[in-house]
Amino acid sequence: MKLAYYPGCSGQGTSAEYERSSRAVCAALGILLEEIPDWSCCGSTPAHACDHVLSAALSARNLSLAAAKGADRVGTPCPSCLANLKTARHRMEDPTFRGKVNALLDAPCPDTLPDTVSILQVLVEDFGVDAIAEKVKKPLAGLKIACYYGCLMSRPADVMNFDDPENPMALDRIMEALGAEVVPFSMKTECCGAAMGIPRRDISARLSARLLETARNFGADAVVVACPLCHMNLDLRQDQASKASKSAFNMPILYFTQFMGIALGLASEDLGLGKLCVSPTGLLQKMQNAKAAADAKAATDAKATTDAKKAEAKAKAAKAEEGQA
Amino acid sequence: METINLETTRDEAFLREVEAESGQRVTTCYQCGNCTAGCPCGPEYDMQVSQVMRAVQLGNKRLALSCRSLWLCVSCSTCTSRCPNNIDVAKVMDVLRHMAWKEGKTNYAMASFWQSFLTTVRHFGRTYELGIMAMFMARTGRIFTDVDLVPRILPKNKLPLKPHQIVGKEQVGRIFKRFDEQRRNAQDGGHNS
Repeated sequence: MKLAYYPGCSGQGTSAEYERSSRAVCAALGILLEEIPDWSCCGSTPAHACDHVLSAALSARNLSLAAAKGADRVGTPCPSCLANLKTARHRMEDPTFRGKVNALLDAPCPDTLPDTVSILQVLVEDFGVDAIAEKVKKPLAGLKIACYYGCLMSRPADVMNFDDPENPMALDRIMEALGAEVVPFSMKTECCGAAMGIPRRDISARLSARLLETARNFGADAVVVACPLCHMNLDLRQDQASKASKSAFNMPILYFTQFMGIALGLASEDLGLGKLCVSPTGLLQKMQNAKAAADAKAATDAKATTDAKKAEAKAKAAKAEEGQA
Repeated sequence: METINLETTRDEAFLREVEAESGQRVTTCYQCGNCTAGCPCGPEYDMQVSQVMRAVQLGNKRLALSCRSLWLCVSCSTCTSRCPNNIDVAKVMDVLRHMAWKEGKTNYAMASFWQSFLTTVRHFGRTYELGIMAMFMARTGRIFTDVDLVPRILPKNKLPLKPHQIVGKEQVGRIFKRFDEQRRNAQDGGHNS
């Protein structure tokens, strides 16, 4: 499987671990990512908040570069990039809008632009959850995980065309395939505060605290995410959320690609686990303990079976002897 | 509560412009309040999102473009996905923001953040996180923004000190330049007519 790859700006900085683990997981599963040469920023929320044509032009430059490489699909880990690239293509189906976008570019876009998909969608729909389950070497047994999708992955539904906008299941299904226990989570698509962290941290702290509290109340050991901004609010800004809600959160927040990498047995440095602010050490320990307990139980069970078999054989022999006598 | 005189405040052209720009039929909104019920930033708004839709229906440009809510909306599209009349409410909010921005009615902190972000893209072709922070602090005078995060993120070795510069950064710069020119021309045209 081959995809043109759009890493997105945050992957070069605050979400370096998402970028690294996405690449590692795709490589391990044989999904070939061909980075779009000299890609530029999609403009994210600031561009579409300023103007839709400007936003689409920033995306269109990248889609044109991908088209020039002969790509029919672009994959990106970031939901914000995904939303912008996908929306740009969608809006440019309108010739008037397309004309306005072309007027901002050095050269007009090719007639056919590639569609954009999230790496999550590729893994769930193209690679498949069952195929992922077959690749698991170290099941996430013993871990209780809350799946947090954030707002953009499947909204607006008619443009994003992926999963359920109110009750998405893609992450749930992957986590289950990896052997984790998925806890019920009523806040799957509630907003974390997005980029409010800088101009209005009171808002992002309040919204993130709500998510962390709910995950904790449902007994989650960790929250899994698929978005750099969600991750920043829940992990980097977790202490701000703690202060805002007067509770002390200590909830590891991992990208789904990190959990996948752990379960696929990939090297920890390829997953950027050391870049998480809330340490996942306790989580990994819990996994090890669960495995040790399972191994011990298996050993006891095996011993019990052998003992039972021995006893049975002994009894049989005794019976046979009795019969002979 | 403010009394609105429907005889004098109704601006049909404004309603038509919002509908044309957004491609949404705001007139079909029957004020069920689903958008407001699901809005994560509702508690911070001065006007709830369903009230903003009502202001548009009434052609009340002043109310719709001067409300603080436009600058607190996080574009999560919860409103859009729950509208029984299939109005892309978040897109309407976006369009109102564009119109307010053009008229110079911005929220200082929010617009400063967005402008800082876009300035780094314009110069380097990609965002430059430290540059955004520095510019935001300089613009707003909020020099202690997120200082508590510094000891948390620095040891993680994630934030590049220097911006990533792409080969085609001038191409990206020209997108912004043409955009500015168009806007200036449109404004000049607007003043002349």
